[in-house]
Amino acid sequence: MQNKRYTRREFIRNLSLTTLAGLSLPLLSSCTKEEAEDFLQKHFREMTEEEKKRVVAKLEQRYLQKYGRKFQISTKEALPDTFWGYGLELSRCIGCRRCVYACVKENNHSHHDPQLQWIRVLRLKRGNLINLENSEHYYNPDLVPEKGFIYLPVQCQQCQNPPCVKVCPVHATWQEPDGIVVVDYNWCIGCRYCIAACPYKGRVFNWAEPNILKEEINPSVHYLGNRPRMKCAVEKCTFCIQRVRLGRYPACVEACPTGTRKFGNLLDPNSEIRYIIDRKRVFRLKEDLGTEPKFYYFFEA
Amino acid sequence: MQKIFYVFPLIFLLGVCFVSFVSGADQEFPVSPPPLTEGIYPCSNCHASMEVNRKKRELKEEHSQIKLHHAETMRWCLDCHDVKNRDKLRLYNGELITFNESYRLCGECHGPVYRDWKAGIHGKRTGYFSGPGKRTYFLCAHCHDPHEPKFKPIKPEPPPYPPTDRNHAK
Amino acid sequence: MEKLREMLNETWHFYKRTLTLVAKGNTLYYAWCFSLIAIIVVGFRFYLMQHEVGLIATHMNDQVSWGLYIANFTYLVGAAAAAVLLVIPSYVYHFKPIKEIVVLGELFAASSIIMAILFVMVDLGRIDRFWHMIPFVGKMNFPQSLLAWDVLALNGYLFLNLLIPIYLLVKFYYRKEPNWKFILPFILLSIPMAVAIHTVTAFLYNGLPARPFWNASILAPRFLASAFCSGPAIIIIIFQIIRKVSTSHIEIEDKALFKISELIAYAMFLNLFLLSAELFKEYYSQTVHVASFKYLFEGLHGHKQLVPWIWGAMTMNVIAFIIFLIPQTRKRLSTLNLGCLLIIIGVWIEKGPGFVIPGFVPDPLGEIFEYLPNLLELMVSFGIWATGLLIFTLLMKVAIPIETGKFTHTEYEKEVTAFRPH
Repeated sequence: MQNKRYTRREFIRNLSLTTLAGLSLPLLSSCTKEEAEDFLQKHFREMTEEEKKRVVAKLEQRYLQKYGRKFQISTKEALPDTFWGYGLELSRCIGCRRCVYACVKENNHSHHDPQLQWIRVLRLKRGNLINLENSEHYYNPDLVPEKGFIYLPVQCQQCQNPPCVKVCPVHATWQEPDGIVVVDYNWCIGCRYCIAACPYKGRVFNWAEPNILKEEINPSVHYLGNRPRMKCAVEKCTFCIQRVRLGRYPACVEACPTGTRKFGNLLDPNSEIRYIIDRKRVFRLKEDLGTEPKFYYFFEA
Repeated sequence: MQKIFYVFPLIFLLGVCFVSFVSGADQEFPVSPPPLTEGIYPCSNCHASMEVNRKKRELKEEHSQIKLHHAETMRWCLDCHDVKNRDKLRLYNGELITFNESYRLCGECHGPVYRDWKAGIHGKRTGYFSGPGKRTYFLCAHCHDPHEPKFKPIKPEPPPYPPTDRNHAK
Repeated sequence: MEKLREMLNETWHFYKRTLTLVAKGNTLYYAWCFSLIAIIVVGFRFYLMQHEVGLIATHMNDQVSWGLYIANFTYLVGAAAAAVLLVIPSYVYHFKPIKEIVVLGELFAASSIIMAILFVMVDLGRIDRFWHMIPFVGKMNFPQSLLAWDVLALNGYLFLNLLIPIYLLVKFYYRKEPNWKFILPFILLSIPMAVAIHTVTAFLYNGLPARPFWNASILAPRFLASAFCSGPAIIIIIFQIIRKVSTSHIEIEDKALFKISELIAYAMFLNLFLLSAELFKEYYSQTVHVASFKYLFEGLHGHKQLVPWIWGAMTMNVIAFIIFLIPQTRKRLSTLNLGCLLIIIGVWIEKGPGFVIPGFVPDPLGEIFEYLPNLLELMVSFGIWATGLLIFTLLMKVAIPIETGKFTHTEYEKEVTAFRPH
């Protein structure tokens, strides 16, 4: 009797151990080499300058191998006394979506499977601006603008009181001192709580490994901005952080053919955005939610 | 001695008039070169030797491709292009300006837009807004054809893949 | 120190002995366990596929970014909270029929929580970065993020619901009196903890102004009400199965079951009342935010996938409520079981897909995407349910013989002395 009990116990023990070992093997092997390398990487805000340099070097090496281009990954901090604001003149938007694709090109988006776009242009019937439920996202006429409609581009509003930052369980997203809400792509765990929390659909998710078009790769990137992302990390518009911290306009501002988009430093009284807020009829989307966006829509005069 | 008391105020007044006259010319804006058709400038190459015909008419021999759709019931070519010197544009008060300053002419009618353009918030923005880089203004004529300024509708870029398109989307 | 070492030794010995309990069983036991293991293996294989490719292998997308996994998670946290409906009668009111079975209920809560945690883990895009969520090791966003609270609350509740039953079972095994001064505070703590886990889960949804369907103050009470009817319903069914199947002939009195069913009746009334309150507020005020309710109950712009489901759930809930309300039907086992099944399925629909999906339809920019889980999500979900059932089965296999006194240390010592060579 005792022998039987012993062997049964042994049997159970051996069975459980082998199952565990057997199961862990495929699990571990499906982790890519990159995932294994990055496993213990610290949160960006807790890295020292040395560590940041090392991480940047590792990433540059990896991107060189993967995309065949020499990347310059900047970790430039926020400029002092800057607080970025964005203006969008609704009376001039014709819904041509040039901004969407300029952003895709500038920011190394995944083109398909999944297709990620940070800007979404809504088409609304004239007479309705606030009820977005009746918007059309997939309009595809021959020519724009169409009569009887207005166009409302929406992207991350870089809220002052961001609900996404509040709900992230691991501090993977935060607001930089110059007002841009950024994501540490290597820290995000992919729980998608921030996507549920954003009232503007500003955040999108890399549902699979991104497919970037090799010929459209932009190699001058920022660590918190447009560097190539990995699967299952959240991303969003960063006001082209790689450009604005050098004083350049974001890509969407430059791409707009009708001059609808404006950008500037809210703390500079001579900036364009301050001129707009002082003189035009500005409003922000869903202001009643208390998110305090920094994206100001306005109409003429 | 008494003459000095008469002369100095006169010189002062003259100086004031001169200064106000000069400042009426407005500040200069760094603009990119005007989008003139290849070979058309200087206009005086042809027009210096031509007769002036002030009659409002449709041009048949030259410049026939220009269709004026810009307050054409109230104005015609020679209201903006100076009669005697075709290399210059003519402001309402008779002042002649170069094509590089054509925004002043547009600004005479389109005041609020001109004000916005001067502040930098009207029209396309590219390049640097601060820092080491250069910021140029675009002339009105760079985006708006002065003879037919209304924007033509353009073909939009394709919409995103709808989420029901499982082969591409998400 | 000596006492601690002795206690650890005792627990280790106890663990080794339970393995023998788990390994032995009748044919039904083996058939059940192996079929569950088969389902688990299939589910795990599908999960590996998802892990390889990314979440694109599911049917979720930017518009509906939470789906079947989180729906099941919400439901299971509710089921786990229901153990409190056994703890209160037995430890606060000393209601004897339930006192016999409270340990089994707590183990049920533990299995439920494990299932809920597994559902969250398979839903994570980067499970290899899970350590970022651990306080002090990672960078947990406490107290701002409700998910951080949820992690702490769920794990705390799991710890309690493993500590208390295991402690009591070890003590019963060694035929020693439990040190009530030690364990009773934990037991009493598990009562507010049960309410807390489900409140925190409700707040997780509640605190999002972006989703007006969820941003209602009534959400936490609704969650608790639906939890307290669905969880005990599962418990009633499970206990009847145990009563029939267990070779230890555990005494689960009908009186205990009827007491629980009475509590379900009250909870179901509250659930239906709170739901009607929500419906009134939305349909009467007719703001823009009624769109999600319209999608759920009538269909929105022609999209009506969830409509038959929710009406089925409503019908089941109302019928179940009537069954539980009338004492004759409540006290007859056949109708009671029917009522329990109706509640389990009805509340699952109402609280799972019928709650999570309309929150995303229409999305903040007005888009409508009809979400249906695909095969991979279904298989992984089945796999996790099978895992929970297997864990619960193994726990019951150990707990019941101990509870009935069949499996004790004195029995073991008797056997050892019997076989010791002279």
